[in-house]
Amino acid sequence: MSQVNRNSKAKGVNRRQFLATTARAGCAMGLLGLGVSGVAKQSSHLDPMAIRPPGALDEQDFLSACVRCGLCVQACPYDTLKLARWFEGAPTGTPYFTARTVPCEMCEDIPCVKACPSGSLDHALTNIDEAKMGIAVLIDEKNCLNFKGLRCDVCYRVCPLIDNAITLERQHNQRSDHHAMFLPTVNSDTCTGCGKCEHACVLEEAAIKVLPAHIALGKTATHDTYINTEETTLEMLNKGLTL
Amino acid sequence: MTNGMSNTKMKTPGAAQTRFAQAAIDELGWWRAHKFLFLRRASQLCVLLTFAIGPWMGLWVLKGNLSSSELLGTVPLSDPLVTLQVLMTGHLPETALLVGALLIALFYLLAGGRVFCSWVCPVNLVTDCASWLRRKLRLPRTAEMPRGLRYYLLALVLLLPLVTGITVWEWVNPVPILYRALLFGAGSGLWILAMIFLLDLFISERAWCGHLCPTGALFALLGKASPVKVSAVNASACDNCMDCFEVCPERQVLKPALKGDNPMIVDSDCTQCGRCIDVCAQRVFQYQNRIALKAENNQ
Repeated sequence: MSQVNRNSKAKGVNRRQFLATTARAGCAMGLLGLGVSGVAKQSSHLDPMAIRPPGALDEQDFLSACVRCGLCVQACPYDTLKLARWFEGAPTGTPYFTARTVPCEMCEDIPCVKACPSGSLDHALTNIDEAKMGIAVLIDEKNCLNFKGLRCDVCYRVCPLIDNAITLERQHNQRSDHHAMFLPTVNSDTCTGCGKCEHACVLEEAAIKVLPAHIALGKTATHDTYINTEETTLEMLNKGLTL
Repeated sequence: MTNGMSNTKMKTPGAAQTRFAQAAIDELGWWRAHKFLFLRRASQLCVLLTFAIGPWMGLWVLKGNLSSSELLGTVPLSDPLVTLQVLMTGHLPETALLVGALLIALFYLLAGGRVFCSWVCPVNLVTDCASWLRRKLRLPRTAEMPRGLRYYLLALVLLLPLVTGITVWEWVNPVPILYRALLFGAGSGLWILAMIFLLDLFISERAWCGHLCPTGALFALLGKASPVKVSAVNASACDNCMDCFEVCPERQVLKPALKGDNPMIVDSDCTQCGRCIDVCAQRVFQYQNRIALKAENNQ
């Protein structure tokens, strides 16, 4: 018996000890891994009012790429970008901005993207007008002054892509019956999500808000045959209405 | 009590309490008994200040933080562990991040891996503070965690991005959290550092840096072959006062050097903090260059 003990001491650990230690460490690490992943997953949903810098990859890809160095934040000349803190909407340490507070000024040379070492801000973005930080949505028609028949137009006028990303659609004013209403209308194809409209909205709470694209945009199902109505109808006729 | 032991402080309760490492201070003077501690703190604060004078005063020498940065607007530097995590998610980063990680890895390959832990890492200030308090309050030694845990944690940190697709560890990694708090005002993450402080102080001594931190584990692996080491060149003069054991964050590395055949501390757990050099009145330890030494011996 003592012989066995001495042997095991000489080797440092015996098989039983080794297996026990490995199992214990494995369990501890497994639990820890689950815990940390849980926290990360839980808080990996971006707060809808926190918008990513220009060129940001899709949220999931962004979170795999971003090293949270803050180089984009320091490259931004307008103090637009912030690094998220713990217990805030965005995942801790990642860059975001709140359009209502400070919108993106759409620098032509896009310094934040150039500064990003990890490519979580896509370096392929060279024209800021093609940025997709989010999509502006006129979220409250009831309180929007233009919908009340007034000529506020502030969001339209501050838009860097005026008459392109936001247009004013002329409509008959039913209420007075002899005026026109000019309704701010966002073209989601060209809106960059810079947030200048939201920032400038004169209401106490903005009637137009920038939201992440996945919240702002609907999506046609891939099997939907009405994407191109004319062609589809012909095709359906040709096929003898099999669909 | 014999003459030989009159130098050593007494650890029995009730005995007159002398200051820690009083023997070294008496023998060598305050400066030489605190030299490497002082230099180390200066180095840690210098790195931090070089980052901080950017956002604080507009003097941009280093942009970013320890996760990734840019020196003078040109040289990229990045944390190898963060870079590995990004690679494990399957994302191929820009070359800047890869080159930065390579530069940092090369530096610690030469300077000694865990030099980062003791001379650069800001968390070291927190854990050393806990350890100092532990000594001051004479808290009892507690059951030690297994030393290998950090390597399991390192494996976990690199495995999780593969499974979840995101760099999970960066939510709780205390090293960048402290830097982000100071450089970007993101103070709400500091609760993690408070936890580490309390863990080190009350639950298990040297728990974080010495047993858990995966960043330290990676740097330890990197520095295995580095030429710079601390060596017990004067091991024969050791009077077993145990001051070095008291202060060493990785005390298991000392015994083989003091009592074994090779005086060099080759264990990669050694953070090369030089505190053992400071507190030893006998001047047992010294920094040595392994390669220069070998060349000398070959002549």
